[in-house]
Amino acid sequence: MSTCITTLSVLVQNKPGVLARIASLFARRGYNIESLSVGPTEREDTSRMTIVALTPDEATVEQITKQLNKLIEVIKITEMEKGKTVRRELILVKIHADATTRTDVLALVEAFRGKVVDVASDTIIVELTGKYGKVHAFLDMVAPYGIKELVQSGSVALARGSRAITDRSKHDRHPHD
Amino acid sequence: MSIEVTGAQALVKTLEQLGVDTAFGIPGGAILPLYDPLMDSSIRHILVRHEQGAAHAAEGYADATGRVGVCIATSGPGAANLVTGLADAYMDSVPIVAITGQVNSFLIGKDAFQEADIRGITFPITKHNFLIKNPDDVAQAVVEAFHIASTGRPGPVLVDVARDALTGTTHWEWPIEMDLPGYKPTITPHFRQVREAASMIAAAKRPVLFLGGGVTKARAAEAAAAVVERAPMPVVTTLMARGAFPDSHPLAYGMPGMHGSVAAVGALQRADLIVAVGVRFDDRVTGKAGSFATRAKVIHCDIDPAEIGKNAIVDLPIVGDCKLMLTELEHHLADVDLPDWGKWVDYLDGLERRYPTWGGDPDDDVLQPQEVIRRIGELSDPDTIFVTGVGQHQMWSAHFLPHEKPYHFLTSGGAGTMGFCVPAAMGAKAGCPDSVVWGIDGDGCFQMTNQELTTCALNGIPIKIAIINNQVLGMVRQWQTLFFGARYSNTDLHTDRYPDFVKLAEAMGCAAFRATRPDEVDDVIIKANQINDRPVVVEFVVAKEALVWPMVPAGTSNDDIKYARDMAPEWEEEEL
Repeated sequence: MSTCITTLSVLVQNKPGVLARIASLFARRGYNIESLSVGPTEREDTSRMTIVALTPDEATVEQITKQLNKLIEVIKITEMEKGKTVRRELILVKIHADATTRTDVLALVEAFRGKVVDVASDTIIVELTGKYGKVHAFLDMVAPYGIKELVQSGSVALARGSRAITDRSKHDRHPHD
Repeated sequence: MSIEVTGAQALVKTLEQLGVDTAFGIPGGAILPLYDPLMDSSIRHILVRHEQGAAHAAEGYADATGRVGVCIATSGPGAANLVTGLADAYMDSVPIVAITGQVNSFLIGKDAFQEADIRGITFPITKHNFLIKNPDDVAQAVVEAFHIASTGRPGPVLVDVARDALTGTTHWEWPIEMDLPGYKPTITPHFRQVREAASMIAAAKRPVLFLGGGVTKARAAEAAAAVVERAPMPVVTTLMARGAFPDSHPLAYGMPGMHGSVAAVGALQRADLIVAVGVRFDDRVTGKAGSFATRAKVIHCDIDPAEIGKNAIVDLPIVGDCKLMLTELEHHLADVDLPDWGKWVDYLDGLERRYPTWGGDPDDDVLQPQEVIRRIGELSDPDTIFVTGVGQHQMWSAHFLPHEKPYHFLTSGGAGTMGFCVPAAMGAKAGCPDSVVWGIDGDGCFQMTNQELTTCALNGIPIKIAIINNQVLGMVRQWQTLFFGARYSNTDLHTDRYPDFVKLAEAMGCAAFRATRPDEVDDVIIKANQINDRPVVVEFVVAKEALVWPMVPAGTSNDDIKYARDMAPEWEEEEL
């Protein structure tokens, strides 16, 4: 059913309740979120969300964007274009690694340019950053050794090149230009 | 010059500066600090009997006057009682501002007495809402709330104010600057799009102008009339736009939709171009998705870009204010050569002639609800504002009242809120004291909110309410008759036994009459129209079995409309 994966970058006013408002909108209108990450930006009064949405079609993506735009605290939305976007997610993963397997696991960590951030007698914690494909390739590779715990951040994304999301506000452009 | 005031005083001063003359509400612990300065204010506060009444009254006030309606409630249950009215206002884009008290800021989240997260509760049913914890933020939030409620696509805004934000001191001065970087609605329609609309109209063989509630909200009835004057195409008006184009006009074909007239439904289904203005292609209008107006190109103008493409595929989108769009369209239509739509108009006239909306069987002994409603319309001042509840009487009101003037028909469309009538009529009358306000209500609806008649009686708000008493939840029963094998589960209200509506109305300080025979109808309406010193309630005991026709059964195509039971129109498929 869900055929489109869309990444939206949403600039919002940094006010209490904004996240709840956006989550409420997605829940009410039945939109599926694959991941959502939110944090402060270069400006104190704004936050930026990266929302990865799963949608059945392009029309739903358009509706999501339009409905989000109606929220008073949403300042700007951009749909991140594939190929023109730097996209990253972060994982922390606790992998089984005892004396017999540690060397092999560390070699994989090295190959994926991960970082070992904790070592115990039979496990290690690895920090790995990358785009979705890389992170999941790594997880597939280490799965046979045993993954004890995994936490994963949502995607964060920035458009390549010198332009910033704030360069044009959502209202500068007429909806039909 | 800045003055030192409490948050509550700042709030009242701000309301006064914004031109608020009337507010509906009930005080309680958390909002109490606001009610003290309200006592000295120029604002008329009407003490309602239930907060739902306050919210609907604010809607009625807003719909009738075109100004923002205001309701006030305390925290917890008080605020929660506003929810139905807010949801109603959200669905029908009614500009109201709700001010609610909240527990002291240091108690928020502690499950304090009468605490409810009304901001969280109302996220999905308000255009925007605020939680204010600091007296310095009170006035600005109120200014922003009014701006948001009344501009762009109008809608309800809630301002929840913690008690200590009302009692604490702040500095107040006027004017107050807004800070809404994310809010700038598109008002002006794009020139090229409107010009293209004119070309599409000129190229159309079977165009229809499809007017919705947005035309009413934009006060755009005159502009719509000017377009039709310039380009004489058939016009249909949704429930929310009844009166936006006069029914007596030869090109008016009435209301489309589930209970629309055959001619209006046929006009949309057979059109090759639909010029949709301020509509949202609600399922009650379109019928089964994918079967609506399959031959038509669609021009869709709305101030809310999210409406465009939401429910219907649109060939020419126009984002902007309906009034500006229609005005501009009229100019552009002057530059194009328009074809003769005579054959198309003749076809629709034929439908209208062959399949008039069924007004009930004439009967010497039993009142027909359609006829009662028609007579109320005919015997009342042409400037009367009509308000309805929700159900069969609402549909009959949509068909049989005189819809000649815009902004004179107030109804709960999108939400379908039973209980809307009495309090909304109260709000309309409070806002337009010189107009006659007739509420057409059902016996089911009336029993949900009639307590506001006491409010009306005590506050000099002489509304008139007709109870179309068929003793049952008529519309639900109609579905049981048609789709549930006439198994009448829980739709009989036994209103023939209790309550005694005349006694009930009299107990609330109203004049009250009852008509049970057709020859009594005119008499009680005339009597009701003569009483202006107190509210009037007239009970019309009508036929229980009356059904609303035409009807498009839910989930079927509009082509399958029945103009009476098992009676489908013949569309006479000819090349037009």
